[in-house]
Amino acid sequence: MSAPRVTVPRSLDEALAALAGAAPETLLLAGGTDLMVEFESGRTAPRDVVSLWRLDELRGVRDEGGGLRMGALTTCADLLGSDLARARADVLVDAAAEVGAVQIQNRATVGGNLGTASPAADLNPVLLALGATVRLRSASGSRDLPVEEFLTGYRATARRPDELIESIAIPARPAGERRRFRKVGTRRAQSISKVVVALAATLADGRFTAVRAAAGSVAPTAVLLPSLAAELVGQPPDEARLDAAARRAARDDAAPIDDVRSTAAYRRLVLQRVLRTELGALAAGA
Amino acid sequence: MSEPFELELTVNGTPRTVRVAPLRRLLDVLREDLALTGTKEGCGEGECGACSVFVDGELVNSCLVAACQVEGCDVRTVEAPDLGNVQAAFLEEGGAQCGICTPGMVLAVQAFVDEWAARGREPDDVELRAALAGNLCRCTGYEKILASARTALRRARP
Repeated sequence: MSAPRVTVPRSLDEALAALAGAAPETLLLAGGTDLMVEFESGRTAPRDVVSLWRLDELRGVRDEGGGLRMGALTTCADLLGSDLARARADVLVDAAAEVGAVQIQNRATVGGNLGTASPAADLNPVLLALGATVRLRSASGSRDLPVEEFLTGYRATARRPDELIESIAIPARPAGERRRFRKVGTRRAQSISKVVVALAATLADGRFTAVRAAAGSVAPTAVLLPSLAAELVGQPPDEARLDAAARRAARDDAAPIDDVRSTAAYRRLVLQRVLRTELGALAAGA
Repeated sequence: MSEPFELELTVNGTPRTVRVAPLRRLLDVLREDLALTGTKEGCGEGECGACSVFVDGELVNSCLVAACQVEGCDVRTVEAPDLGNVQAAFLEEGGAQCGICTPGMVLAVQAFVDEWAARGREPDDVELRAALAGNLCRCTGYEKILASARTALRRARP
């Protein structure tokens, strides 16, 4: 294996110029918490790497239309330290607090979670549930994609080789929307997820009016759980209905695997139970 | 650049220049190129925290940081001259056993002290344990490590 060619752009314009003619397999390096392990183990042996870490233009969170726009290099620690992020995307900050420990939170980025598209990336289910969009930028322009269209499969995305993730936007919270986040790992801190669940739902006059839910580590990439909305919208949150919804989503919307961290059967069972518990808490207004 | 490059950075207050490959781990730059062997490699996968160092004041796992990401940065390792109070607390409380996790623990405790010294209240046990959650001790000497952290924090307060 020959050493990879590494480009270290000093500005966003330099980065876009470097990517303009990039080979399809060029890897973009953000905080390195995932890719540096891949490189060291030899599982990933890139020919070309572009390191984006020093691009301060890709940092920071700001208001956008009552929602939140985050630069791609916004770290979990940045989210934890941002009152605006807490106000606009509380469950995303909750998730950031459960990504590794402080050493990882200081380097792991929102854009990196999306870019590597690991099924176990903890922020991605939350971004899905909150209806986030990804802004992709290239020398020829930019485009916005919903996260569910950006994540296309196991460590696969809709990013073109000439594009980078510039920022991620979470829309303004719909009036009365309730949100939940839950991660199940081997231990409380610093574990890679077995199951992650994020829920966003509204109720009016005792019935669900909108449900958007997503899960991580139960499919090749983070996935929406459309069965929950199909079972629940228009319905009251009674016990039997919540039971049925959790069961159907775990059966129809997930495709877990056996691996070193868990078994497929365990993941499906935990998904069902966590969904049921979190739906109950959400319906109770917690 | 695929060839080695001249990396300029500050380590423990001293400007250093080393010729390294761009994706070389900061851990290897410190240990192999700069002969600063205080920083230890535990898992090499970002799980154990043995290789923790400060980069521009932020605690990171040096096994996950590439050389090309620390150009011009200020790096502090366990060899830094200003960690004496935390190190003394570890000595007094018996906070080290085999010693492999100790350098990373010392830096994580320093980060914890930096964060909490100015606050008006004591961290509870959960907050203290959370601050050290990224540092594993395979000797399982956690109680004395936690005692070291509490002693270091007490001494750091005005």
